[in-house]
Amino acid sequence: MTVAVNPSQTGEPVFYLADEHPHPEGYSTSLGFWIYLMSDCLIFAILFATFGVLGANYAAGPAPKDLFDLDLVAVNTSMLLLSSITYGFAMLTMQQNKIAQTQMWLAITGLFGLAFIGIELTEFAHMIHEGATPQRSAFLSAFFTLVGTHGLHVSCGLIWLVTLMVQVGKFGLIEANRRRLMCLSMFWHFLDVVWIGVFTFVYLLGVLR
Amino acid sequence: MSPDLLKLIFGRLGIDSLPLHEPILVGTFVMVALGGITLFAGVTYFRLWGYLWREWFTTVDHKRIGIMYMILGIVMLLRGFADALMMRAQQALAFGGSEGFLPAHHYDQVFTAHGVIMIFFVAMPLVTGLMNYVVPLQIGARDVSFPFLNNFSFWMTVGGAVLVMASLFIGEFARTGWLAYPPLSNIGYSPDVGVDYYIWALQVAGVGTTLSGINLICTIVKLRCPGMTMMRMPVFTWTSLCTNILIVASFPVLTVVLALLSLDRYVGTNFFTNDFGGSPMMYVNLIWIWGHPEVYILVLPAFGIFSEVTSTFSGKRLFGYTSMVYATVVITILSYLVWLHHFFTMGSGASVNSFFGITTMIISIPTGAKMFNWLFTMYRGRIRFELPMMWTIAFMLTFVLGGMTGVLLAVPPADFVLHNSLFLIAHFHNVIIGGVVFGAFAGINYWFPKAFGFKLDPFWGKLSFWFWVTGFYLAFMPLYVLGLMGVTRRLRVFDDPSLQIWFVIAAIGAGLVFLGILSMLMQFAVSFLKREQLEDVTGDPWDARTLEWATSSPPPDYNFAFTPVVHDNDAWWDMKRRGYQRPLTGFKPIHMPSSTGTGIILAGFATAMGFGLIWYIWWLAAASFIAMLVVGIGHTFNYHRDFDIPADDVIRTEDARTKLLAGAK
Amino acid sequence: MNTDTHAAHADDHHHGDGHAHGSFSTYMLGFVLSVVLTAIPFWLVMSGALPSKQITALVIMAFAVVQIVVHMIYFLHMNTTSENGWSMMALIFTIVMVVIALSGSLWVMNHLNSNMMPMHEMTGMK
Repeated sequence: MTVAVNPSQTGEPVFYLADEHPHPEGYSTSLGFWIYLMSDCLIFAILFATFGVLGANYAAGPAPKDLFDLDLVAVNTSMLLLSSITYGFAMLTMQQNKIAQTQMWLAITGLFGLAFIGIELTEFAHMIHEGATPQRSAFLSAFFTLVGTHGLHVSCGLIWLVTLMVQVGKFGLIEANRRRLMCLSMFWHFLDVVWIGVFTFVYLLGVLR
Repeated sequence: MSPDLLKLIFGRLGIDSLPLHEPILVGTFVMVALGGITLFAGVTYFRLWGYLWREWFTTVDHKRIGIMYMILGIVMLLRGFADALMMRAQQALAFGGSEGFLPAHHYDQVFTAHGVIMIFFVAMPLVTGLMNYVVPLQIGARDVSFPFLNNFSFWMTVGGAVLVMASLFIGEFARTGWLAYPPLSNIGYSPDVGVDYYIWALQVAGVGTTLSGINLICTIVKLRCPGMTMMRMPVFTWTSLCTNILIVASFPVLTVVLALLSLDRYVGTNFFTNDFGGSPMMYVNLIWIWGHPEVYILVLPAFGIFSEVTSTFSGKRLFGYTSMVYATVVITILSYLVWLHHFFTMGSGASVNSFFGITTMIISIPTGAKMFNWLFTMYRGRIRFELPMMWTIAFMLTFVLGGMTGVLLAVPPADFVLHNSLFLIAHFHNVIIGGVVFGAFAGINYWFPKAFGFKLDPFWGKLSFWFWVTGFYLAFMPLYVLGLMGVTRRLRVFDDPSLQIWFVIAAIGAGLVFLGILSMLMQFAVSFLKREQLEDVTGDPWDARTLEWATSSPPPDYNFAFTPVVHDNDAWWDMKRRGYQRPLTGFKPIHMPSSTGTGIILAGFATAMGFGLIWYIWWLAAASFIAMLVVGIGHTFNYHRDFDIPADDVIRTEDARTKLLAGAK
Repeated sequence: MNTDTHAAHADDHHHGDGHAHGSFSTYMLGFVLSVVLTAIPFWLVMSGALPSKQITALVIMAFAVVQIVVHMIYFLHMNTTSENGWSMMALIFTIVMVVIALSGSLWVMNHLNSNMMPMHEMTGMK
């Protein structure tokens, strides 16, 4: 949309668009969703700050060294990383308009996500079973809340993923669905970025301490 | 029925949750119920439900949503102010062995509710309402970026307000002060529903606020009309942009803090407890990371309103536009670096306190720059003392005073003496009433003719103005004195009889403010009755300068028949000066978003979920949550959310305006 | 706010599609880089290869920062031009806020703890 901002040929200034094209649908969506992600980023920042401040208050309870199984965390991290690249493949096949392949990559992404949640829940269950409950100490409260909030986000992402798969199946790769897939892609990769912070600051630095 | 079953169905809600033993509340309830029944019957009798639902509740029109925000703000102002009157009366009476008329249990709820309501459900809706109404018009847009979200945000705010109001008659509200500091707000010391009402009211409303922040940022960034560069935006739009950036960057913090407090209360975690490594001071630290930007969220749009008003009523371009913009941006950033000044006394060392003391003092520099810009705009201007300008002058005098006491409080050693005293109370009422409330009133008087097509009655407006201004000074200057004498906030009874006179003066001041509010309501009523005398058909009653005055009053659904093109900061002034001719032909269909009931339904479920969580009615909470998911996901299956206003309709609307304008000449 | 000289819309070339897309090779490059950047810190901690804990901590934090940048570029396709630079501006602003909130909280609370709990000093823990 090129606009005659300067006076037109007749020398009269133009004060309105005689012939305008409405903004395409979803014109603001990607910026809006990005700003939402930034606000979500602050949610995690505050949870990290809480963990940073309270994370050493074990209250004579178990410490990270007693609880964290880095092998398991490494497996979990790889699940999330793999799901990121498979989501990337879904986006690439989407650009080539291949519905079946897009759906397949989305499904694979979902399975990796599900595996991630499963492993995380196993880890939580194990810790709680050993008496390391969220109520045990401020460190554990902060740990369960930070990691749990991330897990909750992944779970929401999974619900969204399934919804989108249904919608792509029903209506195809129409413009609206492409836009939604792109938003979910930003969401999914954003969660991966948060997870980098989690495994570094919570798990690795925790075990080091 | 067995108690177990009752508990399953009603949670901890029982007949004893109703405050039948408190005559004040029963009386209030009877009044509210009678009023509510009358309203309900009236709407039913005049068959307005369908109209309200179609045209207002489900609308995605930013103008109507803006008006609904304003109505919410004014209704809640009445509730919040009733609390204020009760506090002033209690403190004026409770001397010489008298207990006053409010028992401690009730008084503590009153001061908590007053703060929460005034900030979240009066100031926020008024500010958001004005931004919603004015910003798209000022930037020459047809609506906001996400019209459905706008409707949803509004109803979430209403949901929060409903929960606060429900606490008046079902159970009780928090007795913790407006920020609910733990450990007092933790389950051990506040086992009742009060704090839960507080938490869920703010969480529900907070979702709405955050989303509306994202929405308005996108609107300003993406939907400006051609020619309107960043540095040609009206100052109100600039301050709105900065306010919404602050909203998006600070409300998540509030969300997290309240979520952690609810985990402490519901699950038994140890974030803010005294045991097991928890730290109550962490709560104070975090909530002020939100709380300080919140202050600027409220006052920045007010600064924007004053800028528009000053330049319009002085008949001059705003002095120092660029410095105004930079001052706004600097305040936005700095507002994040000062939060500790709210708790200098908690025991941090000298380095921390001096850092935050200095950053706080620095904020007065850009604010002072703004003040001088307004003064220089007025200098040698042809000032018209209409109502908006009167509020602006009152603001300038009052706010400078409040700002100076603020700088005083920013000095840590002084703060050690004045912390939590009535001096602080006087200070923040001085800036919030003098800044935000006066700003909102200036805005209401300024933009009312735009929204409704007739001006507000000046006689009742002036009466309201003088009652408010004198009432404010009478109510809060004594508090400065009392604070300097060492009286702390939130006290219910006093021993020292020599203090009573100051509290009596303050109570008289509150009474005058009450008259000011009544006059304002009269102003609305009288203006409505005299609307034909006060009518403005030009769409530009103040000879104003920005784009919103280029269209009709009230603006058509589509705001502008043709998207305007802007060449100057004061776009409309420029258009008038250079002989702009309103287009009379060539109208085309206009693409607009359709109304939807999803927003109000989702917000209704969210409110029900909050209610279930407050009363431990788990089935209700779970059912509402699932319903929200289903409705929310269901909504995404609707791909047709827009429609075209046919060209015929546009022609009809515009021709009607042409006739009106011809008649006016 | 560098749009002063341009019309607000005129320089907005790709409507509604502000974010760039990746290609197979950029995705794979990003993936390989992240695997490496994840594996090294895990190995460092699990094997204790570095002599001191402090050095290890600093190194793995550096790896985290680098990996976040890699994800931003290769997966989130961040660049300075998408949405006329508004995405980048929002990101920078958020990073500033995150840094303020995180470091501020840690500083403030640390100060408080060391001031208000002299026991720590006596036992030489802090």
